[in-house]
Amino acid sequence: MERRRFLSKFLSIAASATVVSGFFKRAVASPDGYDPKGHYYGMGIQIDKCIGCGKCVEACKEENNVPKEPFFFRTWVERYVIKKEGETSVQNIDMRIERSNEVFSEKDIVRSFFVPKLCNQCDNPPCVQVCPVGATFKTEDGVILVDDERCIGCRYCIQACPYGARYLHPEKETADKCTFCYHRITKGLLPACVEVCPSQARIFGDVKSSASPLGRFKRMNKLHVLKPSLNTEPKVSYSGLDGEVR
Amino acid sequence: MNSPLTEKLFDLLKQVTGYIYPNEIEVHWGILIVVYPYLTGLVAGAFILASLVKVFNVKEVQPAYRLAMLTALAFLLIAPLPLLLHLGHPTRSYEIFLSPNFTSAMAMFGFVYAWYLMVVLILEIWFTYRKDLIVWSQGETGLMRWVHRVVALYSTDISDKAVEFDKKMVKGITIIGIPSAFLLHGYVGFIFGSIKANPWWSSVLMPIVFLFSAIVSGIALVLFLYMVVTPLRKEKIDIKCVDKMASFLFYAVIVDFSLELLDFIHRLYESEESIKILSDLVMNKLFISLGVLQVLLGMLLPLGVMVAIRLFKFEEELRKLLYFVSAILIQIGIFATRWNVVIGGQMFSKSFRGLTAYKMEIGGMEGFLMTLVLLSLPFIVLSILIKVLPPWEKPAKSTTEGGTMERTVIG
Repeated sequence: MERRRFLSKFLSIAASATVVSGFFKRAVASPDGYDPKGHYYGMGIQIDKCIGCGKCVEACKEENNVPKEPFFFRTWVERYVIKKEGETSVQNIDMRIERSNEVFSEKDIVRSFFVPKLCNQCDNPPCVQVCPVGATFKTEDGVILVDDERCIGCRYCIQACPYGARYLHPEKETADKCTFCYHRITKGLLPACVEVCPSQARIFGDVKSSASPLGRFKRMNKLHVLKPSLNTEPKVSYSGLDGEVR
Repeated sequence: MNSPLTEKLFDLLKQVTGYIYPNEIEVHWGILIVVYPYLTGLVAGAFILASLVKVFNVKEVQPAYRLAMLTALAFLLIAPLPLLLHLGHPTRSYEIFLSPNFTSAMAMFGFVYAWYLMVVLILEIWFTYRKDLIVWSQGETGLMRWVHRVVALYSTDISDKAVEFDKKMVKGITIIGIPSAFLLHGYVGFIFGSIKANPWWSSVLMPIVFLFSAIVSGIALVLFLYMVVTPLRKEKIDIKCVDKMASFLFYAVIVDFSLELLDFIHRLYESEESIKILSDLVMNKLFISLGVLQVLLGMLLPLGVMVAIRLFKFEEELRKLLYFVSAILIQIGIFATRWNVVIGGQMFSKSFRGLTAYKMEIGGMEGFLMTLVLLSLPFIVLSILIKVLPPWEKPAKSTTEGGTMERTVIG
C-alpha cells in the first residue's frame, strides 16, 4: 500500500515536472529529422580570396529581409588600404553609399585587401550574457539567435558586441544579427553568403569535423580571430588576417 | 522605404570621420538613457544625505531630512520612465521581472528597483510619518483626513512604545538603506562598467565613480530644493543646516573628482589600444561637455567656491548665494557627466578608427522636449508628495509628547 502510494505520487510529480520543464524549454523550430546535437557550426574566411564584390552582402540582405539602407548589415565587407606612410584607410564596400573618389596611386600603397565581417557566433558571447530577458541565446549547435517574440528592444546586446555585428531592425524594433542562415543550415543548405561567394572566400561547416572544407581550411592555414584579447572565443576564423584589422 | 530614421542616418553619415562599422551609425542609447542614471543618481544621493541624519546623527541636517527622503521617492518613481520609453517594445518590459536572465546586469533592475522602492524608501518614509499622519488626521476634515488615514494604513497607536518602535525601525531601515542606495547606483555604473567591448565604459571604477557623482548630485539637489522651498514658505533658511550640507557636498566633490582624475590618469598611463581614439573623442566630440561643462563649470568652479568659503569667512547672505550657485553648477556638471558616459561611449567606433555623431531631436519620443518633461516630472511628483506629507512640522498640531519624532524646526 505504502509503495503503491509512493509510486503514484512519484509518477505524478515526474509527469508534472516534465510538463513544466517542457513549458520552460525554448522551442526552436527545427525541421524534421534535424538534430542540433550532432553539429557545432563555424566559418572560415580566407582574406586572400575575397575580391570585394559584395555579392555576399546582397545575398544576405535578400535572404534575411535585412533593410536595404546602408546602416543595417548582418554581413559586410571592409576594404583596407595600407599606405607607405603607415596610414590605413578603411571603407565599407557598399553599393548604396557614394564612394569617395579617393584614388590611391599604386606607388603609395604597401598592401590592400578585403575583409568580410559578420557575427562571430562567439562561444563566450557577451550579447547573450547581457540580454536582460534571455531573448538572445546560444543554440545547441552553437549559433547565437535572437527571439523576436521576446526581445524588448533595449539594445544592450548591441552595446555589448565588440564587433558591431548587431543592429536594431527598424521595422521589428528588435535586435537583429547574422544567424548563419539558421533556416538554411538546419536543412543542410549553406548560408546565403557562402553559397554566392564566387571565390570561395567563405567556408562554412562543422568545427568538429575534419573531413570537410572547414576542416581542411583549418589544417592548411595559420588562423586568427578578431579581438582575441576580449576572450569572446569567435567561431569565425580568418586566414591571412592582417594586424590592422579590428 | 525612406523612414525618418533612415533619413536622419543618411544625414549623420556626412558627419562621420574615419571608419566606423556600418551598424554603428545609429546611436542606440540617446538622451533618455542619459536621464536615467541622472535620476537614479539623485535618488541615491538624496537618500544618503538623509541617512547621515539617522545613522551618524548629524543633527544639523535634520531640517532637510524629510525633504531629502521625499525627493528620493519622487525621483525614484520617475526614474524607470525614460527606460520604458526608450524600449523598442515597452509592452514587453514586464519580461525583465518575470523571466530575468540572471547573467545580465540590466535584468537585476527589477530586483534592485523593487527592493529599494518597497523595502527601503516607502517603509522608511512610512515609519517616519506614521505618528504625524495619525496626529494630522485627527485635526483634519474632508479629503485630507481620509488621505492621511489611508496612508497611515489606519494605524492609530501613538503611544510612547509605538513611537519608539517607529524610531527604531527608521534607524534599522536606514542601515539597510545605505548599502541599498550604493547598490542602486553602483549597479547602474556596473551596467556600463562591465561592457568589455567599450573601452570608454569598461572600468572597474565605473560603479564607484557613479556612486560618488550620485552623492554629489543628490546633496546638491536637496541643498537647492531646501534653499528654494524654505523662502517660498516664508520661513528662514537654517544656515547651520545649509553649511553642513555644503560641507558634505565639498567632501563628496573632492572624492568624486579624485576618482575621476584617477580614472583619467590610469587610462593615459596604461595607454592601451584605444587611447588614440579616446583622446580624439575627448578633444573633438566631448570638449565642451567634458572639458567645459563637467570639469570646469561642474567641478572645479564649485570646488574653488567652496574652498574660498572655507578660507574666508564670508557673511551669511553671500554664503547662501554661493552655495546656491554651486548647487546649480554641480547639477549641470553631473548631467554633463552622465551625457559624457552614455553618449560619449557611443561616439567612437569599436574599430577604434573613427568618430560618429549624435543629433538630438526636438520633438519625438527621444527628443529634447521629452527630456524636459522627464526632468520636470519628479518635481511635480515631489510637490504633490510635499502637499500630502508636509516635510515640516505643522507647529499648531505638533505634540511634544515624548519628543521622539524628528522635529523639522525651521527658523
